[in-house]
Parts: sequence; C-alpha cells; structure tokens
Amino acid sequence: MPVEIDIDHVAKLARLDLTAEEKERLRAQLGLILEYAAKVGEAAGADVPPSAYAIPRANVLRPDEPVPSLSREEVLANAPEREADRFKVPPIAEVG
Amino acid sequence: MGEDFETVIGLECHVELSTRTKMFCGCRNEFGAPPNTNVCPVCLGLPGSLPVPNERAIEYIVRIGLALDCEILRYSLFHRKNYFYPDMPKNFQISQYDLPICVKGHLDVQVDGQTHRVGITRVHMEEDTGKTTHAGASGRIAQAEYALIDYNRAGVPLVEVVSEPDIRSPEVARAYFNELRSTLEALDVSDVRMEEGSLRCDANISVRPAGSPEYGTKVEIKNLNSVRSLERALKYEQERQVAALRTGEKLVQETRHFDEGTGTTHTLRSKEEAFDYRYFPEPDLPPLEPDTEWVEKIRGALPELPAARRARFERELGLAPRQTTLVGASKATADFLEEAIDLGAPAAAVANWMTQDLSGLLNKARIELPESKVTPQHIADLIRLVEESTISVTAAKQVLEEAFETGKPIEEIVETRGLRQVTDTSALEAWVVEAIAENPEPVEQFRAGKDGAINFLVGQVMKKSRGAANVRTVQELLRAKLSGS
Repeated sequence: MPVEIDIDHVAKLARLDLTAEEKERLRAQLGLILEYAAKVGEAAGADVPPSAYAIPRANVLRPDEPVPSLSREEVLANAPEREADRFKVPPIAEVG
Repeated sequence: MGEDFETVIGLECHVELSTRTKMFCGCRNEFGAPPNTNVCPVCLGLPGSLPVPNERAIEYIVRIGLALDCEILRYSLFHRKNYFYPDMPKNFQISQYDLPICVKGHLDVQVDGQTHRVGITRVHMEEDTGKTTHAGASGRIAQAEYALIDYNRAGVPLVEVVSEPDIRSPEVARAYFNELRSTLEALDVSDVRMEEGSLRCDANISVRPAGSPEYGTKVEIKNLNSVRSLERALKYEQERQVAALRTGEKLVQETRHFDEGTGTTHTLRSKEEAFDYRYFPEPDLPPLEPDTEWVEKIRGALPELPAARRARFERELGLAPRQTTLVGASKATADFLEEAIDLGAPAAAVANWMTQDLSGLLNKARIELPESKVTPQHIADLIRLVEESTISVTAAKQVLEEAFETGKPIEEIVETRGLRQVTDTSALEAWVVEAIAENPEPVEQFRAGKDGAINFLVGQVMKKSRGAANVRTVQELLRAKLSGS
C-alpha cells in the first residue's frame, strides 16, 4: 500500500531547497520507507499496544553528580565560526 | 475596564531547577560560568551521545506537581520538539508532549480577601536552551548583524507550569505568579530569580463580551521580566483589546513583546502559520513510570507550603489575614518573622514593624527584604527597647532608618544618637520651665480650663529634648508645674 507524502511540506519543515527531480526521487523513497514501517502494524496483534520503544525498559535515571565537561576548545572545535568564547551564527530574524 | 467585557488570562511559567547538574548529562548547572565551559557531547547532540535523565530533577518536578495538587501520571514520555533555531545545537529540544509527568492540578490565590482557584493544566519537564546574544549596531533582534551563543544553559532542567485560562484580571495573574513563586521557593527546587532567568513567564490574554461562552482572540505576551512587568503588560493589553473591540477593529492571534520603557506591547511575529514542531517520542529516553511508593514518599516529605504557613500565622500567632498576606508573601519574609519571634519579640509587634515602617523603607529603596541590611535581630531589639521604654516609638522609627542604611546594631545607634529616653525628672525640669516661660498663650488657655492646650507645651518640651523625653513624664511634670505655681 503506497503512502502519499506531501514532499513540499516536508522539504519546507526540513529547510531544504529541492529541485523537481529531487522531490520526485525523495517522495518515492520516503514512501517506500513508510510503507516498510507500516508492516509492523500489520504484524502486531490487537493485544500489543503501540510503543516507540523496542525494549521494555523504564525509569533509566542517573544520580545528580557532576562529571567533567569538554574543554572550551573542544566545544568550539566544530563551530562554523566563533567570536572569542562563543559560537557565531547568522542573524536570527524570527524567534522559534 | 468596562463592565461589559471579561478578561481571560492563562500563564505559562518556566522554572529552572536548582539541581547540581543538567537534565540529561553530568555538566554543571550553574549561573554565570564563563561561556561554553559547561558543555559536553550530550549538550551538543554529537553522534553517539546518549541522554540520561537526572533523578533529582524528576523528584523535583514530582514535588512541584504534588504541591499543586496534580495527578502524577504513571506513564510519561519525553518527546523531541523539532525546530530550527541555533539556541539548541541539535535542532530539537527534549520536552514532553501528550504525556507530561503532572496533570490537572490547581493553586488557590487570595486577592482582597477573596480566594481564586486557578487550574493547572500540566507541569512538564524539558531542557532549557542556550543563551543567544544578538550583536550588531542597534542591539535589536530585527537589525542584528549576527548572533553569539553560549551553550552553558542548554540542557539545564526546566519545568513548565501551564495554568488553565481561569484568571480574570491582571491582579489575580500577579497573585497567582507570586503564590507560584513562593511555593517553588518553599519546595526548595529553584532559585526563582527572575533577574537571572531562573523563573520566567509568558501570558496569554484575550477579552470577550461579558457572559460570552466563547473565548476572544488570544494574544501571547513575552519579555515579562518582573512581576511588575507582568501586571503592567496585562493591564495595557486588556485595555488595547477592549478598545479594539469597541471600535470594531479586528484582533489577530499573535505574539507581542512587552516594552518596559514605554509600558506597551508590540507585534513580535505573526502566528498565521502555526508552527509544526513534529513532536515524536525521544527514542533515546525510555518512559518514566514513577511507582506509587516513591511518589507517596515525596508527598510525605513535602515542606509546609505558603498557604498553610499563612493559616498557621493566623491561627497560632493571631495575625490578621491582611498581615499574613504581606508577611507570608515569600519564604524570606515568613522566615524573618519567625526568626524575630524566636529572638523573643511578640508576633504582633514584629508583623507591625514589617508591614509598616520596614515595608515603607523597602519600597522607597525599591529592594526586597533579603537584600536589605535589616535583620530579625534588629527588629527584635527595637521592639524590646520600645517595650522597656528605653526609647520612644518616634525614636525607634529613626533608629530603624539608620539600621536600614548602615546595618549597625540597634543599641549602638541608640547610644551614638543619644536617643535613650530621659525619664529623669531633674533633667526634664529645665525644659519644662523653659517651655512654660516661652509660651504664655497656651499656658493661659490651659489655666483657663482648655485642657488640650497642654499638648502644644508637651510638643515644645519634646522638641527641646530632641525626642528623647518620655512623653508621659513630660505631661505629668507640666501639669504639676502649671497647677502648682
């Protein structure tokens, strides 16, 4: 059962500027992925509740104890740009 | 505002928890650290990093939920809230969506002796975002040339408390916010410092014709940095919306920014296009399933909450409701009262000094009690000296002013300023004789039977003594002199 994808909406949410050819290709690929995932629904019986997790675990917590952070140089190593001790990014017009 | 309109307000408050570490990693949770020094692969969302929730943060949010009479859900999930904004390096914020930890609570607040119950829709757990500084010539967001980011705050445990749209006036909104703040303070789960951003608040407000079952067009107000701003912004927005409805202007659902300088709000961004955050369950975080025993243990360990404490002040200390509202407004003021009482001062006297003279000095200096130099010891000493007639009430007021300025001990101020009351008759007699000689008219009036004329003479003697004379002794001496000679 093919799944219909609104590729323009998905591209907009992902901030991707796609060509017509890319849109077509990705629409098909994403459709196949969703179709594949939908098989899980077919396999699960009515007695299996939907879950986002493959392993039944809960309450995995850690104590409130500090551990060392990265050095500032390591933190900033992947920054596209930096100014002194902070990440430098393009101006932000809209608040998210 | 007109009788024919009703205001509908709901508040969303964000609370940074005072845990030692962040929500999902062991980086330190501290305000004011050098930029980007409390950051690790989990904060940055680097591939392979795995978030693990902070046990104490979960305990704190359960504490908050229980204090607000919420139901603690037995099954709760973390979700990813996806958005493109550089304050989170991973392009999403871990939050909660349809299964928050706490739901359906309420908080009762008092305004002018009336109780208002404000429903709590939900209390959920999320992580705070990094701190963005807009740089450029003007410093305003719209004209910024670039932005600088410090990720120390990214990942700090953040609790959001969402109220029902049950609030009907800016005054009740303020009371709700204050009560929430003092409750959080009593729970010892947050620093609740608005100026440091550990307590923040956004307000939703709409107006509708009185009696209308439907809500009006809602506006969200941001940038409310103080309780005063919250109330001012709501009052302004209430009037703006009523004026618009009266003139038939169409209101739009939008986010507005409060400008403290002008006391007005202006459009921040249009909400025409609803945000699609594509919430989905955070695959790295298994569900939370708090068991009953643990929740009940936390409930059993809850401290006395502000409302209960105020009720106790009324019941056990005999304070008036108006006084307990003021004295019980924050943990700091309530602690102050109890400490002064422990030092031997009568409750009523402490409450009087706190709600009158001390409160006046604080208002004038625009500071809160914990920031002032006055201690419970000062108030207890002041009260004792007045009760022992060592100083007059008038002098005590002056002493308190100096203690407020300098923080010096009460006895020291009394000694240096020579405010110890003079009850020694011989010292007073000279002033009494002088006052009689200098004011023949009131003396005549008094002798002619006008008893009230003595008050003027008493005032003259008090002036000569610079407030140090005991009023009763002065009166007795004057009467003796005037009827004797």
